[in-house]
Amino acid sequence: MIVAIASGKGGTGKTTVAVNLAAVMEGPVTYADCDVEEPNGHIFLKPALNSNKTVGIPVPVVDTERCVGCGRCAEVCRFNAIACVREKVLVFSELCHGCGGCVFACPAKAISEKKHTIGVVETGYSNHVSFVQGCLRVGAAMSPPLIRAVKEVLNTGEWVILDAPPGTSCPVIAAVKGSDFVVLVTEPTPFGLHDLKLAVETVRQLGIPFGVVINRCDIGDQQVPEYCHRESIPLLLEIPHERRIAEAYSRGEMVVDAVPEFKDSFIQLDRCIRSFLTPQNDPEGASQ
Amino acid sequence: MKIIVSASGQTLGAQIDPRFGRAAFFIAVDTDTNTFVAHDNVQNLNAAQGAGIQSAETVSRIGGEVVITGHCGPKAFKTLSAAGIKVVVGAQGTVADAIAAFKSGALVPTDAANVEGHWV
Repeated sequence: MIVAIASGKGGTGKTTVAVNLAAVMEGPVTYADCDVEEPNGHIFLKPALNSNKTVGIPVPVVDTERCVGCGRCAEVCRFNAIACVREKVLVFSELCHGCGGCVFACPAKAISEKKHTIGVVETGYSNHVSFVQGCLRVGAAMSPPLIRAVKEVLNTGEWVILDAPPGTSCPVIAAVKGSDFVVLVTEPTPFGLHDLKLAVETVRQLGIPFGVVINRCDIGDQQVPEYCHRESIPLLLEIPHERRIAEAYSRGEMVVDAVPEFKDSFIQLDRCIRSFLTPQNDPEGASQ
Repeated sequence: MKIIVSASGQTLGAQIDPRFGRAAFFIAVDTDTNTFVAHDNVQNLNAAQGAGIQSAETVSRIGGEVVITGHCGPKAFKTLSAAGIKVVVGAQGTVADAIAAFKSGALVPTDAANVEGHWV
């Protein structure tokens, strides 16, 4: 079972919810950091890492002996990663999405592929939590292939808490797709609401059941809970704006350790999510 | 000689468009015949990425020998160089001004990009 922790707006508390939820879950559980541009779950879980593998995408290499300079490769490239001038082909690997279209299109069979490293997938343990994270290479611009590589190592027979990147663009889709449930973390501000609506539209499009966690629930206004009520979106948990939580966060500590009375909140969140994923539960279940 | 100027309009009186890759128009001036043709660049203006590379291809296809623009990034510069096209950066004013400045030697080709790339 994969539970993705996502949000429209950044900085709402995805990682706080994800690491603390993983920590209170009983039995085998994996925390997967798919926010590969800036993975930070490791700051709180402090895992012992025991393996890593580099991840790359296939980028074109042109055999200048065979190349006839027709420019077909540059024409088919939707990402403008190839230019053909004066019958010479230039490849810009950093723009390539690794689709292989140029290899397919080349009439002279002059294009082969080599691996262009975009990042690394690291795995380890933090107490009973299996840990995996993707870390995008500095300067690499494209994260979805690395996010998919993180997901490839997951044991989906167990519980997986997947920490998604913020927003609603390709990296989020790559992370959230295939999850069994999505927790959207938001804050009760106009910005939080605006981006929550985008996230809701995205998750509905993906057809995944979801619910909302409101972090810093006692700041801002009532528009987020009102919106959730109007849209019949289950409210899974409200976390107050609490100085001790912020202090723990700033020190890289787990909320469930530093402020133990919130441990029950995350246990409740776990139960709540499980109830939506248990088949015998009522069919009205979570919001689709 | 065919000089390509990045421009915000379609005439010799148009202002230089300081951006090469996402220039609104390329004005191709033939200095031998004193004629010009405006080429629109809307496809690259709206490209998600690689606008400079593709604009360089466009310029090469038009048959430009010199490009006059405001700023040129590393990927566009590399592509233009591979096509044997000289690059003049830092131009201001109108297209006509830029052509005159180039002819008088006030503007000379550069040997490197003058701005950072947008990716990597």
